[in-house]
Amino acid sequence: MPLRRTLLAAFLLLLSGSGSASAHGTTIRVVIQNLEFSPAEVTAKVGDTIEWVNKDVLLHTATDKGGAWDVSIDPGKTGRLVLDTAGTFEYDCKYHPNMKGKIVVAKASQH
Amino acid sequence: MSIRFATVAALCFASTTLFAQTGAKPTDPQIAHIAYTAGELDIAAAKQALEKSKNADVRSFAEDMVRDHTAVNEQALDLVKKLNVTPEDNDTSRALTKAATAKRDELAKLSGAAFDTAYVENEVAFHKTVNNALETTLIPSASNAELKSLLQTGLKIFQGHEQHAEHVAASLE
Repeated sequence: MPLRRTLLAAFLLLLSGSGSASAHGTTIRVVIQNLEFSPAEVTAKVGDTIEWVNKDVLLHTATDKGGAWDVSIDPGKTGRLVLDTAGTFEYDCKYHPNMKGKIVVAKASQH
Repeated sequence: MSIRFATVAALCFASTTLFAQTGAKPTDPQIAHIAYTAGELDIAAAKQALEKSKNADVRSFAEDMVRDHTAVNEQALDLVKKLNVTPEDNDTSRALTKAATAKRDELAKLSGAAFDTAYVENEVAFHKTVNNALETTLIPSASNAELKSLLQTGLKIFQGHEQHAEHVAASLE
Protein backbone atom coordinates (compact mmCIF):
# COMPACT_ATOMS: atom_id res chain seq x y z
CA MET A 1 0.00 0.00 0.00
CA PRO A 2 2.58 2.62 0.98
CA LEU A 3 4.58 1.76 -2.15
CA ARG A 4 1.55 2.17 -4.38
CA ARG A 5 0.76 5.48 -2.76
CA THR A 6 4.32 6.67 -3.27
CA LEU A 7 4.22 5.61 -6.91
CA LEU A 8 0.92 7.40 -7.40
CA ALA A 9 2.31 10.55 -5.79
CA ALA A 10 5.41 10.35 -7.99
CA PHE A 11 3.22 9.89 -11.05
CA LEU A 12 1.08 12.91 -10.13
CA LEU A 13 4.22 14.94 -9.46
CA LEU A 14 5.55 13.97 -12.86
CA LEU A 15 2.31 15.09 -14.50
CA SER A 16 2.27 18.44 -12.75
CA GLY A 17 5.99 18.76 -13.46
CA SER A 18 5.59 18.28 -17.15
CA GLY A 19 2.62 20.64 -17.07
CA SER A 20 4.64 23.45 -15.54
CA ALA A 21 7.52 22.84 -17.95
CA SER A 22 5.24 23.45 -20.90
CA ALA A 23 3.81 26.57 -19.21
CA HIS A 24 7.34 27.98 -18.94
CA GLY A 25 8.04 27.34 -22.60
CA THR A 26 11.45 27.09 -24.13
CA THR A 27 14.35 29.51 -24.10
CA ILE A 28 15.55 30.94 -27.38
CA ARG A 29 19.03 32.41 -27.43
CA VAL A 30 20.02 35.43 -29.50
CA VAL A 31 23.71 36.39 -29.47
CA ILE A 32 24.78 40.02 -29.78
CA GLN A 33 28.25 40.40 -31.28
CA ASN A 34 29.82 43.21 -33.28
CA LEU A 35 26.53 45.12 -33.17
CA GLU A 36 24.44 42.35 -34.69
CA PHE A 37 21.58 40.29 -33.31
CA SER A 38 22.10 36.67 -34.36
CA PRO A 39 19.82 35.18 -35.46
CA ALA A 40 18.25 38.46 -36.50
CA GLU A 41 14.84 36.83 -36.80
CA VAL A 42 13.37 34.17 -34.50
CA THR A 43 10.01 32.46 -34.22
CA ALA A 44 8.61 31.62 -30.80
CA LYS A 45 5.41 30.86 -28.89
CA VAL A 46 3.67 32.71 -26.09
CA GLY A 47 5.35 31.56 -22.86
CA ASP A 48 8.79 31.17 -24.46
CA THR A 49 11.73 33.20 -23.19
CA ILE A 50 14.15 35.17 -25.37
CA GLU A 51 17.65 35.31 -23.94
CA TRP A 52 19.98 37.93 -25.40
CA VAL A 53 23.67 37.23 -24.74
CA ASN A 54 25.72 40.42 -25.16
CA LYS A 55 29.28 39.61 -26.22
CA ASP A 56 30.15 43.26 -26.98
CA VAL A 57 31.87 45.69 -24.61
CA LEU A 58 28.95 48.08 -25.11
CA LEU A 59 25.61 48.44 -23.37
CA HIS A 60 22.83 47.39 -25.75
CA THR A 61 19.05 47.15 -25.56
CA ALA A 62 16.36 45.14 -27.28
CA THR A 63 13.63 47.73 -27.67
CA ASP A 64 10.32 46.92 -29.33
CA LYS A 65 9.49 49.58 -31.93
CA GLY A 66 5.84 49.44 -30.85
CA GLY A 67 6.78 50.14 -27.22
CA ALA A 68 5.70 46.73 -25.82
CA TRP A 69 9.05 46.06 -24.12
CA ASP A 70 12.53 47.48 -23.59
CA VAL A 71 15.23 45.11 -22.32
CA SER A 72 18.60 46.49 -21.23
CA ILE A 73 21.55 44.12 -21.77
CA ASP A 74 24.83 45.00 -20.03
CA PRO A 75 28.16 44.28 -21.75
CA GLY A 76 29.13 40.63 -21.23
CA LYS A 77 25.75 39.86 -19.64
CA THR A 78 22.43 38.31 -20.56
CA GLY A 79 19.00 39.93 -20.79
CA ARG A 80 15.73 37.97 -20.74
CA LEU A 81 12.16 38.53 -21.84
CA VAL A 82 9.18 36.22 -21.37
CA LEU A 83 6.91 36.52 -24.40
CA ASP A 84 3.33 37.03 -23.18
CA THR A 85 1.68 38.30 -26.36
CA ALA A 86 1.35 36.81 -29.84
CA GLY A 87 2.34 38.96 -32.80
CA THR A 88 5.27 40.20 -34.84
CA PHE A 89 7.72 42.40 -32.98
CA GLU A 90 10.41 44.40 -34.72
CA TYR A 91 13.04 45.70 -32.39
CA ASP A 92 16.33 47.56 -32.37
CA CYS A 93 18.96 48.76 -29.92
CA LYS A 94 18.00 52.23 -28.79
CA TYR A 95 21.66 53.24 -28.53
CA HIS A 96 22.61 51.77 -31.92
CA PRO A 97 19.47 51.89 -34.09
CA ASN A 98 21.36 50.21 -36.95
CA MET A 99 21.05 46.94 -34.93
CA LYS A 100 17.75 45.33 -35.92
CA GLY A 101 15.90 42.18 -34.93
CA LYS A 102 12.50 40.55 -35.27
CA ILE A 103 10.50 38.08 -33.18
CA VAL A 104 7.43 36.33 -34.53
CA VAL A 105 5.38 35.05 -31.59
CA ALA A 106 2.67 32.43 -32.20
CA LYS A 107 -0.12 31.64 -29.73
CA ALA A 108 0.76 29.00 -27.14
CA SER A 109 -0.01 25.49 -28.42
CA GLN A 110 -3.05 23.83 -26.81
CA HIS A 111 -2.65 20.44 -25.14
CA MET B 1 22.95 75.68 -40.74
CA SER B 2 25.93 77.66 -42.04
CA ILE B 3 27.80 76.91 -38.83
CA ARG B 4 27.11 73.23 -39.28
CA PHE B 5 28.26 73.34 -42.88
CA ALA B 6 31.44 75.13 -41.90
CA THR B 7 32.19 72.45 -39.29
CA VAL B 8 31.54 69.62 -41.70
CA ALA B 9 33.72 71.30 -44.29
CA ALA B 10 36.51 71.84 -41.77
CA LEU B 11 36.35 68.23 -40.61
CA CYS B 12 36.23 66.83 -44.14
CA PHE B 13 39.21 68.95 -44.95
CA ALA B 14 40.93 67.74 -41.82
CA SER B 15 40.40 64.10 -42.64
CA THR B 16 41.59 64.28 -46.21
CA THR B 17 44.08 67.11 -46.43
CA LEU B 18 47.23 65.44 -45.14
CA PHE B 19 46.94 62.32 -47.19
CA ALA B 20 45.52 63.97 -50.30
CA GLN B 21 48.43 66.38 -50.42
CA THR B 22 51.18 63.89 -49.84
CA GLY B 23 49.47 61.02 -51.61
CA ALA B 24 50.68 58.87 -48.73
CA LYS B 25 48.49 56.45 -46.85
CA PRO B 26 48.28 57.03 -43.11
CA THR B 27 50.37 54.54 -41.17
CA ASP B 28 48.93 52.29 -38.47
CA PRO B 29 50.36 54.45 -35.63
CA GLN B 30 48.74 57.51 -37.27
CA ILE B 31 45.43 55.71 -37.84
CA ALA B 32 45.35 54.60 -34.20
CA HIS B 33 45.99 58.20 -33.13
CA ILE B 34 43.24 59.63 -35.37
CA ALA B 35 40.63 57.07 -34.22
CA TYR B 36 41.52 57.54 -30.55
CA THR B 37 41.48 61.35 -30.91
CA ALA B 38 38.05 61.31 -32.56
CA GLY B 39 36.70 59.32 -29.61
CA GLU B 40 38.26 61.65 -27.04
CA LEU B 41 36.86 64.71 -28.84
CA ASP B 42 33.37 63.22 -28.81
CA ILE B 43 33.68 62.47 -25.08
CA ALA B 44 34.72 66.10 -24.45
CA ALA B 45 31.71 67.32 -26.45
CA ALA B 46 29.41 65.01 -24.46
CA LYS B 47 30.83 66.26 -21.15
CA GLN B 48 30.08 69.82 -22.21
CA ALA B 49 26.50 68.76 -23.03
CA LEU B 50 26.15 67.10 -19.61
CA GLU B 51 27.26 70.36 -17.97
CA LYS B 52 24.96 72.59 -20.01
CA SER B 53 21.87 70.69 -21.13
CA LYS B 54 18.71 70.04 -19.13
CA ASN B 55 16.98 68.10 -21.91
CA ALA B 56 16.54 64.43 -20.90
CA ASP B 57 17.00 63.03 -24.43
CA VAL B 58 20.10 65.12 -25.05
CA ARG B 59 21.61 64.17 -21.69
CA SER B 60 20.87 60.50 -22.28
CA PHE B 61 22.51 60.68 -25.71
CA ALA B 62 25.57 62.42 -24.23
CA GLU B 63 25.86 59.71 -21.55
CA ASP B 64 25.75 57.07 -24.30
CA MET B 65 28.58 58.85 -26.12
CA VAL B 66 30.77 58.96 -23.00
CA ARG B 67 30.06 55.28 -22.24
CA ASP B 68 30.57 53.92 -25.79
CA HIS B 69 33.59 56.00 -26.77
CA THR B 70 35.28 55.23 -23.46
CA ALA B 71 34.71 51.49 -24.02
CA VAL B 72 35.99 51.64 -27.62
CA ASN B 73 39.06 53.70 -26.69
CA GLU B 74 39.90 51.25 -23.89
CA GLN B 75 39.86 48.49 -26.52
CA ALA B 76 42.03 50.62 -28.79
CA LEU B 77 44.57 51.20 -26.00
CA ASP B 78 44.65 47.47 -25.20
CA LEU B 79 45.26 46.74 -28.87
CA VAL B 80 48.09 49.24 -29.42
CA LYS B 81 49.73 47.93 -26.26
CA LYS B 82 49.43 44.36 -27.49
CA LEU B 83 50.77 45.27 -30.93
CA ASN B 84 53.47 47.42 -29.38
CA VAL B 85 52.40 50.37 -31.51
CA THR B 86 52.84 53.95 -30.28
CA PRO B 87 50.05 56.19 -31.64
CA GLU B 88 51.61 59.02 -33.61
CA ASP B 89 50.25 62.55 -33.69
CA ASN B 90 49.67 63.87 -37.20
CA ASP B 91 48.07 66.72 -39.15
CA THR B 92 44.67 65.00 -39.36
CA SER B 93 44.50 64.52 -35.57
CA ARG B 94 45.61 68.13 -35.05
CA ALA B 95 43.03 69.48 -37.52
CA LEU B 96 40.25 67.41 -35.92
CA THR B 97 41.22 68.73 -32.48
CA LYS B 98 41.36 72.30 -33.73
CA ALA B 99 37.91 72.10 -35.35
CA ALA B 100 36.36 70.42 -32.31
CA THR B 101 37.87 72.95 -29.92
CA ALA B 102 36.48 75.81 -32.00
CA LYS B 103 33.06 74.12 -31.98
CA ARG B 104 33.17 73.69 -28.20
CA ASP B 105 33.99 77.39 -27.72
CA GLU B 106 31.12 78.29 -30.00
CA LEU B 107 28.67 76.01 -28.14
CA ALA B 108 29.84 77.41 -24.80
CA LYS B 109 28.15 80.68 -25.70
CA LEU B 110 24.76 79.01 -26.27
CA SER B 111 22.23 77.77 -23.73
CA GLY B 112 18.87 76.02 -23.50
CA ALA B 113 17.23 74.80 -26.71
CA ALA B 114 19.77 76.63 -28.89
CA PHE B 115 22.62 74.69 -27.27
CA ASP B 116 20.73 71.36 -27.49
CA THR B 117 20.04 71.77 -31.21
CA ALA B 118 23.57 72.91 -32.03
CA TYR B 119 25.15 70.08 -30.01
CA VAL B 120 23.02 67.34 -31.56
CA GLU B 121 23.39 68.70 -35.10
CA ASN B 122 27.13 68.79 -34.63
CA GLU B 123 27.06 65.19 -33.36
CA VAL B 124 25.33 64.12 -36.58
CA ALA B 125 27.92 66.02 -38.62
CA PHE B 126 30.91 64.85 -36.58
CA HIS B 127 29.94 61.17 -36.78
CA LYS B 128 29.24 61.52 -40.50
CA THR B 129 32.72 62.93 -41.03
CA VAL B 130 34.47 60.34 -38.89
CA ASN B 131 32.51 57.52 -40.57
CA ASN B 132 33.45 58.86 -43.98
CA ALA B 133 37.10 59.01 -42.98
CA LEU B 134 36.91 55.46 -41.61
CA GLU B 135 35.28 54.11 -44.76
CA THR B 136 37.34 55.89 -47.37
CA THR B 137 40.76 56.30 -45.74
CA LEU B 138 41.39 54.72 -42.37
CA ILE B 139 39.99 51.19 -42.83
CA PRO B 140 41.42 50.69 -46.36
CA SER B 141 44.82 52.01 -45.19
CA ALA B 142 45.13 49.93 -42.00
CA SER B 143 47.65 47.15 -42.54
CA ASN B 144 47.30 45.24 -39.25
CA ALA B 145 44.31 42.89 -39.37
CA GLU B 146 43.31 43.43 -35.73
CA LEU B 147 43.46 47.21 -36.10
CA LYS B 148 41.36 46.97 -39.27
CA SER B 149 38.82 44.79 -37.48
CA LEU B 150 38.56 47.21 -34.52
CA LEU B 151 38.05 50.10 -36.95
CA GLN B 152 35.32 48.13 -38.74
CA THR B 153 33.51 47.54 -35.43
CA GLY B 154 34.06 51.22 -34.61
CA LEU B 155 32.43 52.18 -37.90
CA LYS B 156 29.31 50.15 -37.03
CA ILE B 157 29.14 51.73 -33.57
CA PHE B 158 29.54 55.25 -34.93
CA GLN B 159 26.99 54.62 -37.69
CA GLY B 160 24.64 53.67 -34.84
CA HIS B 161 25.52 56.93 -33.07
CA GLU B 162 24.87 58.90 -36.24
CA GLN B 163 21.36 57.39 -36.53
CA HIS B 164 20.74 57.88 -32.80
CA ALA B 165 21.81 61.54 -33.11
CA GLU B 166 19.47 61.96 -36.08
CA HIS B 167 16.58 60.58 -33.98
CA VAL B 168 17.38 62.99 -31.15
CA ALA B 169 17.67 65.88 -33.63
CA ALA B 170 14.23 65.00 -35.04
CA SER B 171 12.74 64.93 -31.53
CA LEU B 172 14.08 68.46 -30.87
CA GLU B 173 12.42 69.96 -33.94
